[in-house]
Amino acid sequence: MSKEPVNNGRRRFLTAATAVVGGVGAVGAAVPFIASWNPSARAKAAGAPVEVNVGKIQPGQLIRAEWRGKPVYVVRRTEETVSSLANHDDQLRDPNSENAQQPEYATNPYRSIKPEFLVALGVCTHLGCAPTHHGGDFEEFVEGVENGFFCPCHGSKFDMAGRVFQGVPAPLNLVVPEHSFINDNTLLVGVSPGDA
Amino acid sequence: MLIKLFTDFMGWVDQRLPVTDAWNKHLAQYPAPKNFNFWYFFGSLAMLVLVNQILTGIWLTMNYEPSGDGAFASIEYIMRDVDYGWLLRYMHSTGASAFFVVVYLHMMRGLMYGSYQKPRELLWIFGMLIYLVLMAEAFMGYLLPWGNMSFWGAQVIISLFGAIPIIGEDLTIWIKGDYVISGATLNRFFALHVIALPLVLVILVFLHILALHEVGSNNPEGVETKKRKGSVKPEELSKFKFHESYTKKYDIVDSVPFHPYYSVKDIMGVAGFLILFCWVMFFFPEGGGYFIEAPNFTPANALQTPEHIAPVWYFGPFYTILRVVPDKLGGMLLMFAAIGMLFALPWFDRGTVKSVRFRSKWHLANLIQFAICFIVLGVLGTMPASPTANLIGVITTCGYFGFFISLWFYSKNEMTKPVPERVSH
Repeated sequence: MSKEPVNNGRRRFLTAATAVVGGVGAVGAAVPFIASWNPSARAKAAGAPVEVNVGKIQPGQLIRAEWRGKPVYVVRRTEETVSSLANHDDQLRDPNSENAQQPEYATNPYRSIKPEFLVALGVCTHLGCAPTHHGGDFEEFVEGVENGFFCPCHGSKFDMAGRVFQGVPAPLNLVVPEHSFINDNTLLVGVSPGDA
Repeated sequence: MLIKLFTDFMGWVDQRLPVTDAWNKHLAQYPAPKNFNFWYFFGSLAMLVLVNQILTGIWLTMNYEPSGDGAFASIEYIMRDVDYGWLLRYMHSTGASAFFVVVYLHMMRGLMYGSYQKPRELLWIFGMLIYLVLMAEAFMGYLLPWGNMSFWGAQVIISLFGAIPIIGEDLTIWIKGDYVISGATLNRFFALHVIALPLVLVILVFLHILALHEVGSNNPEGVETKKRKGSVKPEELSKFKFHESYTKKYDIVDSVPFHPYYSVKDIMGVAGFLILFCWVMFFFPEGGGYFIEAPNFTPANALQTPEHIAPVWYFGPFYTILRVVPDKLGGMLLMFAAIGMLFALPWFDRGTVKSVRFRSKWHLANLIQFAICFIVLGVLGTMPASPTANLIGVITTCGYFGFFISLWFYSKNEMTKPVPERVSH
């Protein structure tokens, strides 16, 4: 035992310093527990953005890509198709895309970044079937509209911007996923412009 | 001979751990007011259901497989191939709904008799924490069968967090551990449901009871039965022997020892409860689609949304409050505010008279409208959205919040009836 008088200031400092170090340690120890909740490497790989080469799509043609287990439809719309989109607004449920079925940058009359390319999930918003693309022969479903999507399960109909027609079971427009263009020929599904 | 052996054994234990003392303090010599009515069954019934959930839960994990590929099939396996598996599962699923029934009634009792008022604020807050953890427990448990309503219900609730500005989207991915609800989500919900939250729940229940025994039980009259030491004539004291930790500080009146008086009375409550419980469990285990919803008999399918996604009935009131706000973030904030109001109830009520029996007609009316609003909100929560439902939802949401806000105003100078000195009935 030392005979020196008790140094209260030193005691308080040592107590506080020990508590702070202990606290930092506790925070540090929390890191692995919190971080382990992030998507694992496997989940990240499975959910990674998907590149699609759109250079070879013919006007009016649809190609399918897969992203996070869901089919993505990419269509190169002809100029006539784009300009005719406004002609049937009165037959649609949500012609102005007011429901948030698309990112903000695709909330426009053609529901995409470039008017030429429609990028939408090929999943009917009714019960998740895959709508089929009818290029040129859609008039048998909706008079006066040449192109569109028809869902064979329960007859839901969508136009070439993925907007749902009235009088069908599907309540919402097709989902437009986050997407951006790396260059003129390469589409990246899963990443918004500027986030890459 | 045997008795002596037992006494000696207990003496040996008591010198090392005060078991007999704890038994006396919390059961055999715990003073409980003599005038408890049937509303006082629900605390012990909640304990019974908790034991039921833990026991059947442990047994279910023995055959359940927490994985995206195996979960749904393992539930069917339990239902069809495991001896008495169907019974264990229905005890657990019916128990979940029964838990909320008894907890809601237990909370209503607290509201009626002012059991949240000073000095029982902390007791009330522990109770509210139990309620909160119980909701999290039930929500996570509902994902485990991996039925389609499990999946889409979780989808709706988790996507709520996406409404939080800036961090929202990343937060939902962190919760899910994937970009969609997947086996990763299922596994972590399983871990939380069977270990983390039950542990928290049991600790909170322990603290709830300790806090209760510190301040003493309230009663339907809201009259304190612990009087200031020396203020009661000896012949008016309760005739029973109570633990010295209570009699040292207070004169105890109008009370009986919890055991055997209320332990036996509670058995009556248990009998009545079990009749109803078994009736539901054996004849309507799905609770008419409210305890186990129909889409949950098909496996989770990310590509197929059920036509009408409804929460299980006990979340109904808060789901309606969420839905009546046209803004997603606003709805979420109002929903959490609704629970926050309950937490703050001891401070909304500025009155000193506890029991509704001696409070104003205003308070009685307010309490009744609150109960009605809560039930209507619950019913609306299970129904599809429609303009009429929305209008009723707005009105009853106002009624829900109005209960607390008006209480704060009128309770300060409320016209109350004289409160008797002693418990009468």
